[in-house]
Amino acid sequence: MTTPQAVSLPSTAPVQVRRSMTTQQRQRMWGWIFLSPWIVGFLAFTGFPMVASLIFSFTNFKIGEPLEWAGLTNWARLFSDNNTVNALFVTFRFALVSVPIIVLVPLLMATLLNSKVVRAKPVLRVLFYIPYMIPAISGVFIWQSFLNGQTGWLNRLLRLIGFQELPNWLFDPRSLTWGLVLIGLWGVGNAMLTMLAAMQGVPTELYEAAEVDGANPFTKWYRITLPLISPVILYNLVLSVIGLMQYFIVPYVLSNVTRSNPETNFFNLNLYRTAFQFGEMGFASAQAWFIFLIALALTLIIFGTSRRWVYYAGER
Amino acid sequence: MATAAKSQPTTAAHVSTAPAYNSQLRRFAIGTLVTLFAFMIALVYLSPLGNMAMVALSSPAQLSITGDDPVIPMLPQTFEYEGESYEVFSVPLTDGTVRDLALSKKGRQSSEFIDPANPSAPPLVWEGIWRTLAPVRSVSFAWENFGIAWEAINFPRLFRNTLIIAVAGMIGTLLSCICVAYAFARFPIPGKNILFIILIGTIILPGQVTLIPTYAFFASIGWTNTWLPLIVPHFFANAYNVFLLRQYFMTLPRELDEAAMIDGANPLQILLRVIIPQSFPVIIAVAVFHFVWAWNDYFGPLIYLLGAPELQPVSVGVQVFNFQYGPSPELVQATSMMTLVLPVIIFLLAQRVFMRGVVVTGVDK
Repeated sequence: MTTPQAVSLPSTAPVQVRRSMTTQQRQRMWGWIFLSPWIVGFLAFTGFPMVASLIFSFTNFKIGEPLEWAGLTNWARLFSDNNTVNALFVTFRFALVSVPIIVLVPLLMATLLNSKVVRAKPVLRVLFYIPYMIPAISGVFIWQSFLNGQTGWLNRLLRLIGFQELPNWLFDPRSLTWGLVLIGLWGVGNAMLTMLAAMQGVPTELYEAAEVDGANPFTKWYRITLPLISPVILYNLVLSVIGLMQYFIVPYVLSNVTRSNPETNFFNLNLYRTAFQFGEMGFASAQAWFIFLIALALTLIIFGTSRRWVYYAGER
Repeated sequence: MATAAKSQPTTAAHVSTAPAYNSQLRRFAIGTLVTLFAFMIALVYLSPLGNMAMVALSSPAQLSITGDDPVIPMLPQTFEYEGESYEVFSVPLTDGTVRDLALSKKGRQSSEFIDPANPSAPPLVWEGIWRTLAPVRSVSFAWENFGIAWEAINFPRLFRNTLIIAVAGMIGTLLSCICVAYAFARFPIPGKNILFIILIGTIILPGQVTLIPTYAFFASIGWTNTWLPLIVPHFFANAYNVFLLRQYFMTLPRELDEAAMIDGANPLQILLRVIIPQSFPVIIAVAVFHFVWAWNDYFGPLIYLLGAPELQPVSVGVQVFNFQYGPSPELVQATSMMTLVLPVIIFLLAQRVFMRGVVVTGVDK
């Protein structure tokens, strides 16, 4: 059978032709029909726009104006435009601090919920997951209040414990990063849940065997749990890196409150401003492709190193 | 633990059972401690919600108090008597007791107070400067903040907009993702594995890279400032939900499909009469996921509905309002609270379905 025939059939197929098809061919035809929404959607909303934005990145594209070729100007500007260079720096510096934390914290939460001795696990699991359900936009406003230097509960709590010199988290450039990390902690629910499910899938025989060998709880966690759930850790690591490249709502809200602070000039926010405030769609496209290439490179690096630290059972 | 050991009968068995009993008790104690610890962490983790609720229930007067402002919303207590309102202070009396009295006549060196418990009695004269007295505060929740915020952001309109966007998108997601997942689960499409990897790959594709041409396209066909860019793309399937549905469809026995096929059903009829009736749990999961996602979605409505405030959904409406009313923290917190109630309730009601869905998309890959 030839593919073009099978593809063109749905539109023209007269009943007689269909009868002459084998069951296999008919099944294929139905398969393509059911698949078509995604094929069309992928081409229209992913494939085509990706190519188009690559092309736009070499133009001075502005909405409502004719396309004008710009060569490599936009790409060169990536490295000369202060805002963009700063945005890249801000994003990477934050990623270095926050990625380890937003992978480690859900891992610890999952470990706690997976512990045999803890009771009321379903309740705890729900409590730990609730923040993930809270709309990001509400979350930012809630944390803004919580991190308020004077009246926020965090500083009240810290004062209560005896700390004196407390930062005004989101307004002080030195503590801003930590404020953002704290806000990010409300986004770990999914990671926690997937890690927990992976932990529950670890065969108990392994732990029993380790106990026979006299392993303590930490050794069991480090030598059995961690390696066996490492594919899920890898997956969450990749997702959090990609997520940071798209970090938007928090810096967007904060920069409107604290007035275009260079400290909250994250890459995606800078891109948004370039495209929708200054209308420089061409330059914004170059930024988008640039961050895409960086994300791709990071993903490949993570996958590349994964052979060393990720355990794949069986045939993989 | 010692008592537990003692309560064991002093027979030969004592020697062997007591340690087991002891270790059981130790386990119980450790379990309690670790559970308490876990709940403490959860409490701290969720404490911003407490902060939100308390600010949302504070009156502007309370929030303007600086210094030793209490955590729970409180206002200076007043005492109404014969049409007059008097502030209440805690007054140390000469006999060593401290009583809450209403200040009826302010004086420089001495002031007159009346006893709220017995207002008709002659006023009590207190020697001292009344400004040094501590005002008595009582808990006072400003529930009216929610009403004010509800009206100010026009919540019914925002809610209606969100509902239309979410439900229309949900229908699109269900229709398209069910079909595509069915294709991946059941049909011998050439190159299916590669197509599936591409589909999953779109999960980790940063959205920016398609943003500008998509936006330009919608702008060029006049769809900006309408709901269409937020609804129509959902009729073309997305990776998460296709994956979730496909995993479920793969677990359904093929024998039923085959039986229906022998009875002369075509694949569409099999989908409608065999597959879908067996898949309600996962279909509900996808519907719920989409609804919550659409409720929380912010970036899409922000860029596409910038010029049409009357069409904006809750997420954007609340943000726009809060930028205007930034100095009214109680309204900012009240609107934030109103925004999060529905998704959290949906999650609590559908948590089982929800968590299973998260696990399937997060672990099985």
